[in-house]
Amino acid sequence: MFDPAQAHDTGVAITTSAPGMITLRGALEDTAFKAAVEEVSGLTVPEPREIVQSGEHRLAWMGPDEALLILPRDALRDTVDALVTALKGHHALVADMSDARRLFHLTGPDAALRDTLARLCPVDMRAFQLGEIRRTRLAQIAAAFWMGEEGRLDLICFRSVAQYAEDLLSDAAGKGVVLR
Amino acid sequence: MSTRLTKGGRRIDRSQPVTFRFNGRTLRGYRGDTLASALLANDQMMMGRSFKYHRPRGVVASGAEEPNALMGIGQGGRFEPNQRATQQEVFEGLEAESQNHWPSLAFDVGEVNAALSRFLPAGFYYKTFLWPRAFWKHVYEPIIRQSAGLGKAPKDRDADTYEHYYHFTDVLVIGGGLAGLAAARAAASGGARVTLLEQSAHWGGRAPTDDDATDQVETLVADLSKMDNVTMRLRCMGAGVYDHGYVLGYERLTDHLADKSGPRHRLWRIRAAQIITATGAIERPLSFAGNDVPGVMLASAVRDYLADYCVSVGDRTVVVTNNDDAYLTALALDRAGLSVPAIIDARQEGGGELAEAARARGIRVLTGHAVAKVTGRTRVTGVKLARQTGEGAVIEDIACDAVAMSGGWSPVVHLWSHCGGKLIWDDAEAMFRPDATRPPTGADGEGFVTCVGAADGVFEPGEILQSGAAVGLRAAGVTGHPGQMPDLAGPSERPERRANPIEPVWLMPASATRALRAKTWLDYQNDVKVTDVQLAAQEGFESVEHAKRYTTLGMATDQGKLSNINGLAILSGALDAPIPQVGTTTFRPPFTPISMGAIAGEARAETFQPLRRSPLHDWQVAHGADFEPVGAWRRPYAYVRPGEDRHAATAREITQTRAALGLLDASTLGKIIVKGPDAGRFLDMLYTNMMSTLKPGRCRYGLMCSENGFLMDDGVVARWDEETFLCHTTTGGADRIHAHMEEWLQTEWWDWQVWTVNATEQYAQIAVVGPKARIVLEKLGAEGVEGEAFPFMSFQDHRLAEIDSRVYRISFSGELSYEIAVPAGQGLALWQALLDAGAEYGVMPYGTEALHVMRAEKGFIMIGDETDGTIIPQDLGLDWAISKKKDDYIGKRAQQREDMVRSDRWKLVGLKTLDGSVLPEGAYAVAPGHNANGQRNVQGRVTSTYHSPTLEGGIAMGLVLNGPDRMGETVEFNTLEGGRVSARIVDPVVFDKAGEKQNV
Repeated sequence: MFDPAQAHDTGVAITTSAPGMITLRGALEDTAFKAAVEEVSGLTVPEPREIVQSGEHRLAWMGPDEALLILPRDALRDTVDALVTALKGHHALVADMSDARRLFHLTGPDAALRDTLARLCPVDMRAFQLGEIRRTRLAQIAAAFWMGEEGRLDLICFRSVAQYAEDLLSDAAGKGVVLR
Repeated sequence: MSTRLTKGGRRIDRSQPVTFRFNGRTLRGYRGDTLASALLANDQMMMGRSFKYHRPRGVVASGAEEPNALMGIGQGGRFEPNQRATQQEVFEGLEAESQNHWPSLAFDVGEVNAALSRFLPAGFYYKTFLWPRAFWKHVYEPIIRQSAGLGKAPKDRDADTYEHYYHFTDVLVIGGGLAGLAAARAAASGGARVTLLEQSAHWGGRAPTDDDATDQVETLVADLSKMDNVTMRLRCMGAGVYDHGYVLGYERLTDHLADKSGPRHRLWRIRAAQIITATGAIERPLSFAGNDVPGVMLASAVRDYLADYCVSVGDRTVVVTNNDDAYLTALALDRAGLSVPAIIDARQEGGGELAEAARARGIRVLTGHAVAKVTGRTRVTGVKLARQTGEGAVIEDIACDAVAMSGGWSPVVHLWSHCGGKLIWDDAEAMFRPDATRPPTGADGEGFVTCVGAADGVFEPGEILQSGAAVGLRAAGVTGHPGQMPDLAGPSERPERRANPIEPVWLMPASATRALRAKTWLDYQNDVKVTDVQLAAQEGFESVEHAKRYTTLGMATDQGKLSNINGLAILSGALDAPIPQVGTTTFRPPFTPISMGAIAGEARAETFQPLRRSPLHDWQVAHGADFEPVGAWRRPYAYVRPGEDRHAATAREITQTRAALGLLDASTLGKIIVKGPDAGRFLDMLYTNMMSTLKPGRCRYGLMCSENGFLMDDGVVARWDEETFLCHTTTGGADRIHAHMEEWLQTEWWDWQVWTVNATEQYAQIAVVGPKARIVLEKLGAEGVEGEAFPFMSFQDHRLAEIDSRVYRISFSGELSYEIAVPAGQGLALWQALLDAGAEYGVMPYGTEALHVMRAEKGFIMIGDETDGTIIPQDLGLDWAISKKKDDYIGKRAQQREDMVRSDRWKLVGLKTLDGSVLPEGAYAVAPGHNANGQRNVQGRVTSTYHSPTLEGGIAMGLVLNGPDRMGETVEFNTLEGGRVSARIVDPVVFDKAGEKQNV
């Protein structure tokens, strides 16, 4: 269905991957909850609109009481179990949502990446920072994206609309840079 | 005649000739020409015909305000009507055609209308077509439809692409003339993000032509181009200003190019902290008889064509004015060696410094005079001179082939007004200008739009530069970027343009006879004359908004850019009320029309709308699935095999499933995880029945109602563990129900400990249905699933085909049935394993229609069929699913209201036609007599109706008055053909009432 590396004239390539994704719901500001999550994930619980990263593990702020842990598939099962154990006694929900979403990777020149999303998302892409995450609208669907490093932008959307997202992103990426 | 002079033309490049076609003729122009300037250079003054009378019309302006020169541009998939020739740049191969004429521009049959104009007054349509009533549909409307409209609608699919672009800026400056450039330059000096939009292809606006300010413009543009914090866009119109500093910019990317690759238009969706509108001013026509004859133009446009394109609009041009400004035109023409037979100045005192300059060059200047009438039909042949104060007695005929008129200037206040900025009437300048004390206000109550330059009624270039920069500086300061005043000096040594004040002249001559007034045009595009507005006032349409709609003044594609002020001044005269008291009509976005494609942006073809695809979608496509939309999902209606239609495929799928084994993709059903110490209590409130008593490992069917008591969703709830439930919802209901849950948790029961996660997309869910379902499960590795070891309405985890699966024993078909949930990525593997294991039983997938028929055979309701937002569970005989023990649930109170408990509510029953036919969908059961409206009384309606292959006939459910008490009775239903069909009221469950097939 999906050509793994569609390099566009603008130098933007789009690929996908299928890591593990765990949705966590709980009181993110609660010290004990934080400690449990940090213990298992090895990552600091992020501040609002922040995504933190260590190696292949990322922890994203998804809302005042929701976080998303992204990790390699092979660590998924053990991590879910460890989180459930660590959070026993806390009011928390741990859900394996690895298959519910599709993860896109856009790589290429910084300006081209930013302008790709500036066509589709009501977000100030000129001011968008590394390590920032936005949950927003990608044309007509919900999406979230972040830039972990220069020249790379990661975006998630729901699985059922992945084809629509791919069509949108390919189209927008092919239209080049608007602003210098 | 109009022609190109040999030298000059600031905007054209004579080294780059281009050829284009107009009405099938090949013509030449230069790169940089607009279509209007190129046509004038080819002596094509007449460019269209008017809307109502089909009068010959020539170009009157040189910019966005042009009402007459509307063209169909392009061909086929790139054809677009109603494009202004004054803004369309020419390019090699451009195709243009004039509009609203038949058979040709030069000879038009519709012009007969003009002869009848006496009989087509304001409000003509309203007055004439009221009677006889039947004539509207069959006579009047078809004729009006034939003659109405300007351009033709495109017939082909749009060949271009479009895009949106979200942009954020501290200071947005709209308009790239002297004022806008100065404002942007100052605003950017402190590092603020500044965006500057200019609708035309050139910076500087009128400054190079009118103020000799080319140097100032070039310096400012050069400075701004070097600044990284400045975004500059040409051919990008500020289309509308909306709440919270939201602005739409409309950028035309390829309209001026032969190469059409890439997006055609880009819609800028801008958030600006501060907005500065530097949109200039529009010159007003003068109202004299024959002011619409081709060759009568705005004085400013005449000098634009001369300076920018080196086009002379006529050999002999009479200038007529009520202000000093038009003298610039006379001087420019005279300097170019063209003849100006006379300057007709309505003011008794005449003009100032510029008038002196004109006299010094030997131009005849007549003060206190007027044009009584323009002669000529398709082209000006002369003017008849009269005194301004009289009725129009002709003193002298002056031969000429063009008339340059100026009635003063109106600031372009549109963008200021879009979001609520108010205007004040400036008596001295005879114009509405922005009232700086009443700006459009933002969330903080402070103004967020400021006008500068001519848009603010400031016309002197030195002052424009200073005040523009001051406003730019202030706006940047508000956004936290204080800067420094740039060093800006205006052009030196220029004559005073406004030495003598303007004198308002709303009608020329002041007491023109009716015959003259009836040929004096206010709105060129919609053919509104002075007499029309006066008639409207006389007939009581005193509000400017009413007069506008009655006369259609200002309702055309130009939205009255030239006609508004003149029209309301005439109205003010007719009402004997001052102009500010009459007021203006409302300015609404967009400033000029923007393309539908730009509005749609990426939403076309494959990306018109997101389609949700199940994890099995590709397999379904490859296996004959005939899809139907269910919410945003596409679900297979049936899997159609070669030689079958949908109906036959459905029958085959049902027969196979009931006999042995079928598979259904149930992945689209909503799956919401609800967890927490208060989860049971929460679900007790959400569902009508009791969920907190459900044992872990068990399932229960539940109904969800709105606060008003109406049934809104249903589904099976499974208790995963003590604290965790999984709520299945309908396919279309998942997002809505999840939002419903969160709303109650966040707004009412915020102290309850409950978390929810919408896990719909995490799982593929496959229903294995039919007498062989259990055997297939066992073949795939399930153990201990016999009889009571795995009872109905429970779930178990199994490893099936090497996949961790959660198996729910639930049934929506009346068959032995298991729904197997696996991670979505493994759905296809499980599906394939089930197909392989079931092959010996003839397994086949079935679609939503088979699902519907089988549930209807069992009398199961379907949200959206049996419910329509007005149905309570009690109507459907679902009282068994409503807990009597609970104190409360959402909708309980509403269900106790009088209307909900009345005994004559229509209730659910089964319906069986006597002749075995299928009842029409939604058919009504007729009752004796007629209601007050003369309509037949009704006593029920069909909610679900199908052909049942199992029972070999039509089956249906419906809501019928006292239905459950009328078993065995026969009622009659309407058919679409107008006949009647009889059906017997029966039990809704028409198949396996005892449930023997399900409970094995």
